[in-house]
Amino acid sequence: MPKSTQPPAATPAARVQPPAPLAISINGKPYFHDGDPAMPLLWFLRDRLRLTGTKYGCDDGGCGACSVLVDGKLARACAVPMSAAATHQVTTIEGLAGDTLHPVQQAWIEHDAIQCGYCQAGQIMAAVDLLRRKPRPGEDDIAAIGNLCRCGSQPQVRRAIARAAELLRGERK
Amino acid sequence: MSTGIDHGRRRLLRIGLTATGALLVAPCAWADPTPNVPPELLGDDLTALGPFVRIERDSRVVIGAPACEVGQGVFTELPMLVAEELDVDWARVRVVQLPYGYVAADGGGDATLYGAQGPAATLPAALAQLRQAGASARWLLLQAAAREWNLPPEQLRTEAGTVVAGDGRTLSYGALVRSAATFTPPAQLPLKAASAYTRVGQPTSTADAQAIVTGARVYGIDTYGPDALVAVIARCPHLGGSLARFDDSAARKIAGVVEVLELPGADAAAAATGVVVLARHTWAALQGRAALVLEWQVPADAAATSSSALRASAHAALDGAGPGIVVRKDGDAARQRRRPARHRIEARYELPLLAHALMEPLNALVELKQDGARVVAALQDPDGASRLVARLTGLQRKDIAIELPRGGGGFGRRLDHDALTEAVLVAKAAGKPIKLMWTRGDDLQHDRYRPFAVHWLAASLDDHKRITAWTHHCAATPLDPATPNAGLLGAGDFPAGHVAHLEQVFHPLATRVPLAGGPWLDALRAFAVQCFIDELAVVSRQDPLRFRLAMLEATPPPAGTDADASARLARVLRECAARIDWSTPRSGGQGLGIACHALPGGCFAHAFEVSVDDGQLHIQRAVCVADIGRVINPLNTTQQLAGATLDGIAATLQQAITFKDARVQQRGLADYPLPRLGLSPRTTQVHVIASDQAAIDPAWAIASAGPALANAVYAATTVRVRKLPLLPELMRML
Ligand code: FES
Ligand code: FES
Repeated sequence: MPKSTQPPAATPAARVQPPAPLAISINGKPYFHDGDPAMPLLWFLRDRLRLTGTKYGCDDGGCGACSVLVDGKLARACAVPMSAAATHQVTTIEGLAGDTLHPVQQAWIEHDAIQCGYCQAGQIMAAVDLLRRKPRPGEDDIAAIGNLCRCGSQPQVRRAIARAAELLRGERK
Repeated sequence: MSTGIDHGRRRLLRIGLTATGALLVAPCAWADPTPNVPPELLGDDLTALGPFVRIERDSRVVIGAPACEVGQGVFTELPMLVAEELDVDWARVRVVQLPYGYVAADGGGDATLYGAQGPAATLPAALAQLRQAGASARWLLLQAAAREWNLPPEQLRTEAGTVVAGDGRTLSYGALVRSAATFTPPAQLPLKAASAYTRVGQPTSTADAQAIVTGARVYGIDTYGPDALVAVIARCPHLGGSLARFDDSAARKIAGVVEVLELPGADAAAAATGVVVLARHTWAALQGRAALVLEWQVPADAAATSSSALRASAHAALDGAGPGIVVRKDGDAARQRRRPARHRIEARYELPLLAHALMEPLNALVELKQDGARVVAALQDPDGASRLVARLTGLQRKDIAIELPRGGGGFGRRLDHDALTEAVLVAKAAGKPIKLMWTRGDDLQHDRYRPFAVHWLAASLDDHKRITAWTHHCAATPLDPATPNAGLLGAGDFPAGHVAHLEQVFHPLATRVPLAGGPWLDALRAFAVQCFIDELAVVSRQDPLRFRLAMLEATPPPAGTDADASARLARVLRECAARIDWSTPRSGGQGLGIACHALPGGCFAHAFEVSVDDGQLHIQRAVCVADIGRVINPLNTTQQLAGATLDGIAATLQQAITFKDARVQQRGLADYPLPRLGLSPRTTQVHVIASDQAAIDPAWAIASAGPALANAVYAATTVRVRKLPLLPELMRML
């Protein structure tokens, strides 16, 4: 399955006049969406681009499994319609690593913050956002991360966040 | 390919070279065909998808993971067993997921052998077979090296992917694969002694960690068939209800919606219980479903299926409405209870229905063809799934290919085939491949739930602060009417045997709510028993830890108790207490709580340190100590125990499923909170007491977490919460 494709040029049957396609940048690549502008970014990423690292977990924006960065800021892809995502730069879990893993991903591996692993892409994106804002996060900052993990990986996630903070600050390689 | 077969041991091994020249060792699936059929006649029915080892010419090693990973660690742990016997450097091992491997000839499959729940639940025979796969490959490589050097194989040894001769010469496995494939190993090889292990017992990271943190690992929901339509179902929200009528005209107008169908019942006579929307992509399917106008046939007695009715029937049963089922009776607790005693107390504990709420809601991809089927779904019981698909389609099981992606959580929910059943029915009705998606709402509203239970406990204590009478009545919804108390109240439950006059009575509650078992059952009674013990300690002014230890360490041990089990339980308690620094009194609103739970073959203890200020609960520390037998991957075991601890915290503090009019009232995770960092302990410490006894699943640790937390909340607040979920009750009572 190709990791990214241009979206098929489908014309919504219900509309006489198709809206102008929406332009969006995802992991540095340009894409166009000419479907329903209300479609959440989550389904564009998953169903159209097959960027399936961003997960579905709830219907009310509460679980965080779909966390991505929009213009570098944390967002829940299930709660961002394509009309709002258009013209912005989106980074998904697939776009986080360059030639090497992002320090947060590296910390996650070091502390094996994985059980079923389903929530972890979202947890990683939330940690990237937190550590960008707060290089030395306190307990309240960590507690404010609302991402859910059914498997109860929070003990490892806490350690991984602490380790990632060190790596990002350039301490203790 | 050479084939070695040993009918006596019902085991079959295939050795060969792949097209790229790699050595392949694949013991066939477990049950071998009828012994009289010669191997060559078995033909294609023998699909060699048992555990396999592939060694490339450059010495890289690929090991097949035979069971579906849903977070229990099997993807890493089972291949570790193969690697151990093979003597390879784990860093050079790549693990790949095997599809479900079905052996047609005896009508049985093999995958269930490999641990539906986790390695702990995996049959010893299956574990031995995995180890044989590694040992066989190693044996072949030894023969090849012996031939190369013209030395007897007994003079050679292996080490981290190389064969080493007495004089120090070495040959890498990769250099030997061509020659190795020409030998036939004996059916049964001696396995390593535990003292010689180099990988098993070492903390080992998740084998597919890199793929997970980069988003590349494929879960069930990430599978897209080339032509598969996305299906979502509007199901009747009322238990026992059906579809009255519906209007799909608006749904059909949504761009991307392809088809709208009634959800066929499992048999032709059954009424439709829902409406299926098939669409080209998920958003269209969801929009289509939202646009349906639905009218349900609500069963006439719907009002009877409610949480308030369940609660009322439980309390009525405990008030003496029915005789109940006597589970255990030692002495005469009822008479003893009427006697004067230093302390007499009683309490009722109420525990709600719970949902599995897997992070990844159920899904299944099904492609049906004239002569076969393809299924992609994370399944904890692929063997049962294979039987089910055969029954629903009329296909032969050998023609049903089942692929096992990673699953976002299991907890036993993927032992049932609710989504798969629907997916097959829909694929049949639509005549197209389909990918069925459950949404979070579907997941919470159409689960199989943890039973509801109310416990009534009464006890007397004498002047020596010892329990003289213990009465435990439990009113709960049975999983199986034939064995009503199974899993809900057991004759071996603590403190049975430690109290002379003891009575355990079970009162089955009828319900239409579908239920599921698993470790969370133990959490029901452990909560009641371990909180009540705490209450007894408080009234009699005893230290709750010493109170428990005094019973467990009584000398001589009371007749009829298992002295070894008592000693193990006392040990986890002592370890746990030491780690939370139990003997140092806490002040300033801090409270400590402890609890333990035993089951056959193992035991657990938890301790918590908490504080409550401004109506906020803070969990400073959690300690979990587990005595659970053999451990393959200590890192995974530790995580499973920490996970069970967090699961216990979330379930105790916030979770409940409630019914009204035969319908679940919770719609989303805002109504049914899952573990998050804000309610997780600032530090969580796990300690494992390993032994060479049979392993038990660490998930059972959920049982002692809840009562230890509730006991800590009492210690911090002097508020005793007896009805879960705890947080809303605590806030009401503070
Ligand atoms: S799927 Fe977006 S927050 Fe849950
Ligand atoms: S690791 Fe399973 S939900 Fe977080």
